[in-house]
Amino acid sequence: MAYSDAVLDHYENPRNVGAFGKDDEAVGTGMVGAPACGDVMRLQIRVNSEGVIEDARFKTYGCGSAIASSSLVTEWVKGKTLDEAMTIRNTQIAEALALPPVKIHCSILAEDAIKAAVADFRSRRREAGAGSLTTEQPACASGTGGVR
Amino acid sequence: MPDVLRDPERRVQPVYLDYAATTPVDPRVARRMLPYMTQIFGNPASRSHAYGWAADEAVELAREQVASLVNADPREIVWTSGATESNNLALKGAAHFYRSRGNRLVTLATEHKAVLDTMRELERKGFEVTVLPVRPNGLVDLAAFEAALEPGTVLASVMFVNNETGVVQDIAALGALCRARGVLLHVDAAQAAGKVPIDLDTLPVDLMSLSAHKVYGPKGIGALYVRRRPRVHIEAQMHGGGHERGMRSGTLPTHQIVGMGEAFWLARESMRADNERIRAQRDRLWAGLQTIDAVELNGELAHAAPHYLNVSFRYVEGESLLMGMKDIAVSSGSACTSASLEPSYVLRAMGRDDELAHSSIRFSLGRFTTDAEIDFAIAQAARVVGRLRRMSPLWDMAQAGVDFHSIQWAGH
Repeated sequence: MAYSDAVLDHYENPRNVGAFGKDDEAVGTGMVGAPACGDVMRLQIRVNSEGVIEDARFKTYGCGSAIASSSLVTEWVKGKTLDEAMTIRNTQIAEALALPPVKIHCSILAEDAIKAAVADFRSRRREAGAGSLTTEQPACASGTGGVR
Repeated sequence: MPDVLRDPERRVQPVYLDYAATTPVDPRVARRMLPYMTQIFGNPASRSHAYGWAADEAVELAREQVASLVNADPREIVWTSGATESNNLALKGAAHFYRSRGNRLVTLATEHKAVLDTMRELERKGFEVTVLPVRPNGLVDLAAFEAALEPGTVLASVMFVNNETGVVQDIAALGALCRARGVLLHVDAAQAAGKVPIDLDTLPVDLMSLSAHKVYGPKGIGALYVRRRPRVHIEAQMHGGGHERGMRSGTLPTHQIVGMGEAFWLARESMRADNERIRAQRDRLWAGLQTIDAVELNGELAHAAPHYLNVSFRYVEGESLLMGMKDIAVSSGSACTSASLEPSYVLRAMGRDDELAHSSIRFSLGRFTTDAEIDFAIAQAARVVGRLRRMSPLWDMAQAGVDFHSIQWAGH
């Protein structure tokens, strides 16, 4: 399995690993994937009062390409508005990391993680409190619904 | 490993702990082989001149060497291109020859793909195949095996030593059950020869697959043991010249055969000493890995050959582990490391959930493993696991006491 330099770089020097405070109101959390699939990504975004993502954190259980995809995404969302972040496509991630075909699904998961984080943030804002996030995707394990 | 190739400064190869995948050719074996490529190069089937006679002599000596490791008669050894071909030849050859006895075949869920895929092919051709589950320790339940030997069962195939976990099946007991019901037993001993004692004089085994490259011989050569007493027949799968008593046509690769013979001969000599040392090293490795949190063994040490250690490092994924342990060569049961993107079916058959399969690493030790390499592997594993856990949301959940099995995941 040959890894691109970009993937190796993100693996060796991951950006923005970690988590924001549990009770931070300005944070949206997206958790996608499933342990049974071998890929779980948790992406958190901290959004300022202008709706711009000012910081992001990730933690990933998954292969090198999955780690790299999620690490890259934390870099890309910073400074973007929520709507701009939603336009990030997996194809861009895959290209930036030179992912081989068999690893494209890692970039798709990273795109999903952004969407989940944004959706979570927005639903929290709407409900002014604890929100639940739902992302509907074909499951490799089972079910919809998610976890924050 | 890409890192070694990428970095010209790096002269050192990774520490090799993947002996179950393949082994280096023992230098003594390589030395023995060389003259048969450049000097004694005759076709062993050339009966009319000295080049042929010399090659034939070497082939027959090697045949005796291979037979001696498993206590068989040399006439019971048929040369093939490797254990995969031997498996194909045994299963297809016997199933077709004994078609009139029935069309049922039995095997285990933990067999190598060379057996499972061949069984699937036979199923497509009209045979009925029963694939038996195994217990969590990897052993097949004897009563279940017996029950599967229904009337019309022609052949059962059971691996001696499992390539992923090292689990050793009770071949003597399984063979006795087969004998009692007139069922042929084929044993894939690719991983077993040279690791566990094999005595075909006492083991009720009818067909046995052997491989050279798992025991310090060259790749591309193997053998199939075909019992003479009582006589077992197989239909040839390779035709053209009638070599190997009509069972497997094709010019014999003298140098390869000499290599396999020498490898088996050396294995006979050094198996006991090798095993003692390897057992101590395996125990040392396991003791060291156990100091890492949340580590689980796949299989039981009591039922496994000492060369294997299949371990799951919870909450971190296997391919990312391999990537981090770039100075060690090992294998993983993770989906990401397989071409099919499916996690190890062997671990799944043992009841290990998918997360454990994705987090699994197989360490396999061999003749040239050193204690320093073991210590290095432990240190590397601890470092990489620690680093990946700090990046793992599952580790966070575990620390917080959340059982992620109870969560409904979004999937992907």
